[in-house]
Amino acid sequence: MNIRAILTISIFVAFLTIASFWVAGQAPSWFPPQASAESKLYDELFSILSGIGTFIFLGIALVLLYAVLFQRAAKYDDGDGPSIEGNTAIEVIWTIIPLGLVLWIATYSYQIYDTMAVRGPMELVHLHNPMEMKTALAVPLDEVKPQLPTEEIDVTAKQWAWVFRYPNNVTSTELHLPVDHRIRLALHSDDVLHGFYVPAFRLKQDVIPNKTIDFEFTPIRVGKYRLRDSLYSGTYFAANQADVVVESAEDYDRWLAMAANQTPTPAYNPASAEYNRASEKTLVRGWESVPPAPPPVVNFAPKQEPTSPPA
Amino acid sequence: MTNAPTEAINIARRQPYPGAPDNWKRFFTFSTDHKVIGIQYIVTSFIFFLIGGLLSMIMRGELVTPEANLVDRTIYNALFTMHGSIMLFLWTFPVLVGLGNYLVPLMIGARDMAFPRLNAVSFWMIPIVGILMLASFLVPGGPSQSGWWAYPPVSLQNPTGNLINGQVLWILAVAISGVSSIMGGVNFVTTIFKMRAPGMTWFRTPAFVWSVLAAQLIQLYGLPALTAGAVMLLLDLTVGTSFFAPERGGNPILYQHFFWFYSHPAVYVMVLPVFGIFSEVFPVYARKPLFGYRVVAVSSVMITGISALVWVHHMYASGTPGWMRILFMFTTLLVAVPTGVKVFAWVATVWGGKLRLNTAMLFALGGLVNFVFSGITGVMLGSVPIDIHVNNTYFVVGHFHYVIYGAIVFGIYAGLYHWFPKMTGRMYYEGLGKVHFALTLAGTWLCFLPMHFSGLMGMPRRVSSYDPEFALWNVLASLGGFLLGMSTLPFILNMVSSWIQGEKAPNNPWKAIGLEWLTTSPPPVENFEEIPTVISPPYGYGKDEPLIANQAEVVPADGVTT
Repeated sequence: MNIRAILTISIFVAFLTIASFWVAGQAPSWFPPQASAESKLYDELFSILSGIGTFIFLGIALVLLYAVLFQRAAKYDDGDGPSIEGNTAIEVIWTIIPLGLVLWIATYSYQIYDTMAVRGPMELVHLHNPMEMKTALAVPLDEVKPQLPTEEIDVTAKQWAWVFRYPNNVTSTELHLPVDHRIRLALHSDDVLHGFYVPAFRLKQDVIPNKTIDFEFTPIRVGKYRLRDSLYSGTYFAANQADVVVESAEDYDRWLAMAANQTPTPAYNPASAEYNRASEKTLVRGWESVPPAPPPVVNFAPKQEPTSPPA
Repeated sequence: MTNAPTEAINIARRQPYPGAPDNWKRFFTFSTDHKVIGIQYIVTSFIFFLIGGLLSMIMRGELVTPEANLVDRTIYNALFTMHGSIMLFLWTFPVLVGLGNYLVPLMIGARDMAFPRLNAVSFWMIPIVGILMLASFLVPGGPSQSGWWAYPPVSLQNPTGNLINGQVLWILAVAISGVSSIMGGVNFVTTIFKMRAPGMTWFRTPAFVWSVLAAQLIQLYGLPALTAGAVMLLLDLTVGTSFFAPERGGNPILYQHFFWFYSHPAVYVMVLPVFGIFSEVFPVYARKPLFGYRVVAVSSVMITGISALVWVHHMYASGTPGWMRILFMFTTLLVAVPTGVKVFAWVATVWGGKLRLNTAMLFALGGLVNFVFSGITGVMLGSVPIDIHVNNTYFVVGHFHYVIYGAIVFGIYAGLYHWFPKMTGRMYYEGLGKVHFALTLAGTWLCFLPMHFSGLMGMPRRVSSYDPEFALWNVLASLGGFLLGMSTLPFILNMVSSWIQGEKAPNNPWKAIGLEWLTTSPPPVENFEEIPTVISPPYGYGKDEPLIANQAEVVPADGVTT
């Protein structure tokens, strides 16, 4: 290989590297705010993967582009190119390097996942768990989140509403969470599959009928975020949203006390409101739908649609 | 039908049985000729491609604005269900079966498929599937509205209470499509194993044939699981059994395992033949042998194996225990290795060649770039923590449309253009082909790239309304979607007018190497006057060696059709 080829390849790789770092730097701006401890880990992992991806994609695309621009057959040249059938050394290299790369990605993802520990203890304790040995070796949860106070909240999903029940038996259709607490949710579904998804937390968990699923995370940023149903649940699936209010521990306690003093009233429910409007219409109707559950009767009952600001 | 080379061909006999029509009417008969069946598959499925595309354009129309204001939500939900079902079961699967049907016997030097009548039966089930799917728009309650996954319990909710409803028709259609595909799988595997021409050892078999074999093996091991799941779902829905219904003690997650055990490998059923098309097209237009042909061929079968062990990555969020998430993350990411080997081999094939950029080559190159992009987002999705955020969002929708449209449909177009002269005996118009390519490439990126961003921001898939923050990305995607709809027009114009009055095609217009190019365009009823004896590996570009014994004498002169 002559000096010129080495120089060209070095410049090409340097360009790819700069482009990859630039994309990796852009990546975090594609997401909603980082409202949970997990979201920081998430954005870091995504940023690294998008950098690697940029390197590979641009590398292949630019090589092909070069070939398309400069290696076309001349007019009236219908001869063949060089008869190169393969090269064992190159083929071994381009098998081993991707293998190493994906194993590294998988291992690193596993470490991130283990640090997040989003599934509750009920789910993580699998006595016949082949990964248990590894779990013991990874960073223990206590080290990452030292002595965080916890808060346990019960979540019920239904067609098409979210109902939250707090330790003092207060209910609401808006999820209030104390900041910097380890939140433990117990997820239930009254009817079909739903998905508990708060994009600002980068977390999601399907909610399954006849099953209680423990789900943990740590909100770290005060603000109002959007909870969306992420697993298709029927006609008004898209309208099955709720506000998530992350507030200081004092505000949270004040809110709980205030809500406890309110008598339960029906909350505004977009699905049943829309269903009733649709039923009154006489002209163009859609097909028959499963009727929505009546609006939840809760202590803290907002009378309007979710109001969280755009991410 | 035997494949004995001694079998005499009656030159005067132009059709598989006496009295068979010899004109366009033969495409409307129960023909057992694999070439007629191949074209029947391709044309039928293309019609459903247009129907599925129209449905998606109504969806994109609804999604131009955040509110659900163009169609009722139930209609939107039916649209995305039928769009997915039609595009998969009535376009992508059958069009690739059609290409395989047409090409495999020609490429391996056989006179027909192993079971010609079974082949015809497999095809004629496709219109039945299509009629059932479309008829479900007419029953009370409308078509299925549970998505192409048909996850229970939503798929078991039957608001009209009728026994015959859209969901029941959908399940029947999918089950019939499964039976058709299993019969096709048996036929392909038998044909490829038993009917290769003398001298065609495994490592003289074209990469396309390898990839069809790898894909059809998946049909054989995977489809029974889906079909069984569909039957159980049908029983739950109609007679009240309790396989999946939670209120009767069933387990809805079990269905997801049945479904994805097949439906993830099904992606490889679709993409493997397209890999095969890439492996055929690049050497022809780069004028170089396929780089690392043996490794490329064997990696198809490795993908068949690994793809059986990855299905749980669709269920990371479905209450799947941690150890299963991690295990399937490792298997999922391993698929990147044999596919990466193929990608590098294609790039090395193209590199340093004498490129001819006609329409087939452009589509193959575009498809390769799109596939690399989708492979990168695919590796991201395979990582458990990444998936937990973007699972069931538009990021996934963008990813798999890059696979299915960007790579698979591009590969199908590449194959259709490349073999169009062989199939019809006519040349297509390059100019129209290039317009078609430019529109398709622009439409694909404009439609599907923005979806990644709305997905990262947290827009769930399958929503009939969305929050205003996603509006910009959705407007762009809708524009791209309408552009994709327009992009089919030059293609249709090109195919129809070229077939009717295009320039007559010689036997081998691309100077390609392969048995299919050593017979007339279009080939005679039983493909070869004399079964060729293969003496060389399949991609001898730049070597000037004959592919078959007595090549000069055996190949018919141009314009001579038997």
